[in-house]
Amino acid sequence: MGVEQKLGNLGIVTLKLEQAVNWSRTYAMWPMLFGLACCAIEMMSAQAGTYDMSRFGMELMRPSPRQSDLMIVAGRVSRKMAPVLRRLYDQMPDPKWVVSMGDCASCGGIFNNYAIVQGVDEIVPVDVYVAGCPPRPEALIHGILTLHEKVRGEKIGDWA
Amino acid sequence: MTDVEGAVAVLKANLGEGFVAREDFRGQVSVEVKPEVLVPAARVLLHEQGFDLLAGLTASDAWPSEPRFSLIYAFYSQVSNVFLRFRVRLPGNAPEIDSLEPVYPAANWHEREVYDMFGVTFRGHSDLRRILMPFDWVGYPLRKDHPLGYEEVQFSFNFDEIDKRKPYARD
Amino acid sequence: MPTSTLEITVDELKHLVSDRALQGETMLLNMGPQHPSTHGVLRLLLELDGERIVNCIPDIGFLHTGIEKNMEAKTYTKASVMTDRMDYLNTMGNILVYILAIEKLVELDVPPRAQAVRVILTELQRIASHLVWLATHALDLAAMSVFLYCFREREVILDVLEMCSGQRMMTSYFRPGGLWRDVPAEFVPAVRTILESFPARIRQYEGLLTGNPLWIDRTRGIGVVSADDALRLGLTGPSLRGSGPNLDMRKVQPYSGYEQYEFDVPTGSHGDVYDRYLCRMEEMRQSLRIVEQALARLPEGPVISDNRKFVPPPRSELGVSMEALIHHFKLWTEGFSAPPGGVFVPVESPRGLLACYLEGDGGPKPHRVHFRTPSFANMQALPVLSRGCLVADLVGIIGSLDIVLGDVDR
Repeated sequence: MGVEQKLGNLGIVTLKLEQAVNWSRTYAMWPMLFGLACCAIEMMSAQAGTYDMSRFGMELMRPSPRQSDLMIVAGRVSRKMAPVLRRLYDQMPDPKWVVSMGDCASCGGIFNNYAIVQGVDEIVPVDVYVAGCPPRPEALIHGILTLHEKVRGEKIGDWA
Repeated sequence: MTDVEGAVAVLKANLGEGFVAREDFRGQVSVEVKPEVLVPAARVLLHEQGFDLLAGLTASDAWPSEPRFSLIYAFYSQVSNVFLRFRVRLPGNAPEIDSLEPVYPAANWHEREVYDMFGVTFRGHSDLRRILMPFDWVGYPLRKDHPLGYEEVQFSFNFDEIDKRKPYARD
Repeated sequence: MPTSTLEITVDELKHLVSDRALQGETMLLNMGPQHPSTHGVLRLLLELDGERIVNCIPDIGFLHTGIEKNMEAKTYTKASVMTDRMDYLNTMGNILVYILAIEKLVELDVPPRAQAVRVILTELQRIASHLVWLATHALDLAAMSVFLYCFREREVILDVLEMCSGQRMMTSYFRPGGLWRDVPAEFVPAVRTILESFPARIRQYEGLLTGNPLWIDRTRGIGVVSADDALRLGLTGPSLRGSGPNLDMRKVQPYSGYEQYEFDVPTGSHGDVYDRYLCRMEEMRQSLRIVEQALARLPEGPVISDNRKFVPPPRSELGVSMEALIHHFKLWTEGFSAPPGGVFVPVESPRGLLACYLEGDGGPKPHRVHFRTPSFANMQALPVLSRGCLVADLVGIIGSLDIVLGDVDR
């Protein structure tokens, strides 16, 4: 920062490579459209006008895994859907993050039975868990911002 | 125009022995019929009595008492605005019955669901395979002797031991 | 981890596809469980001849939750929580049908104030559900601004639901015998605000879509089904009424006081996507009419039955009455018991005929709960409706059937 003070107002900013890359990753993180059940409706509400997620950089929801960085698992994952989920996660290019939205994705929720995977972290590694049934759009946004903080704290050694 | 009493009387006349009993409960009428006469009875309802909508098809398991399975059919007539239910009791562990699909095409997926959940085979169904469970699932989930399949809840006292057993994806 | 469910071999499905597919003339395309236009996790196997669909085979079950079996393991009141999660856009309607079935089974009466509030909230939920239908249907057919407007409107309705019950979507506000608690003081002014502002909004959506030549091109003459075919295939609700038959459970088998309210049931004549769209838009207006009437004559009185065998006593009574304490204890530890026997209760959900078949066995847990859900029955008609249309039209047809996958798979 001493260089900036000497150079004055030349329009140059100096920062570490980590900060630059992490900053750019958080500000244009595109979620993949993976709404499964009720939480998907709250995710859509979070994307719509009242609780706008585009102000945090998530303007588009790309249905294609090849074009997205963030998978928000919104809803209950049944045993029939589990291999599909894993396949989509594998198709996403690095760097990728997973937000487990809602109780059913985090731990199986109220459905402790034969048909629901008890927590999506049995299938994909999760970065942020958002609790709620369904979580309010504000809770989802809080979860996304927590993920942004986590990404900003990543070190060069952890990068994919 | 027909009402429930008229329909029940016609069924009794047509089915003879196949008509087992009539149950009245909470103002709703349910007729128990034998499995062999189900399709002829449904034909009578559809063509002669005007019950044009199959409002529901499900099953119930009364294990361990026999006969074990009860198939419940619900019919609705638009012209007379009445609901009528059938109950068909099926014994044993691998029950079979004729499919209702030729008479009411709406029974297609309902019968697939009953096959998937209870293991009742419908003879003459166009496409009897599992609909809700994965195609290689073993067992019929809604039977009473199929376990619920829940996992033990992690409380603080057993947190670590369950944590070791749980298959996390550490990628 | 099971082998991928996507790899069902051709042998098992040979009977479903035509011979042309097996010879390689037509193409088999998988419109997978994760797709922006399938409104959830629905998998469609399309047999395509160029862009035309020869056959469409739906593969459901990717959201199967085992709700019916799970409800058999819980007491009647605790199991009502699970009903919200089935058709998650019509949460009030789902719990209403289950609670009506319980009340019929145990012969429990409901005070008129509770019935009126139930009607108001169910009709508001119907409007909210139709708003999401319009938002996703229009989004699929490339009218994205409607999506943003509809969700803005829906927030206002969800605020009312949250004000009553504390939760936006999974409210669990109805209990056997009435409601959980009385509506707060801000409820009536809030609903009146909705009644004043909504008609203009509905006119706005109609102005955007109804006369729009692009919209008409994409929806007229698509997915036509005749009235007889529709009924035989098991279609109900606006999907059936778009073809002509005037079948609405609120009119023919009234429940919860619907017979007191005056409203029309819109029907179409062509049975195509456009007529179903018009039916649902008009239904939103009729729901506002019902809410207005119910709000105008909202009776005073208790909001839950006082039959202490099924309804817990208020906390204030516990300190003074021994019977109240015993009832409270019995209801909280074991729950009330229902007699053996089965009841079948139909209601009108925004998607069609929703019915609950409830069997008791004398104990505190239901012996068998089955929900005849409209989306499950309506999906059967999809192969018939989509034969011969283009892939782009298929998206419109799925939208017009108003399918919610939680409803289909339970």
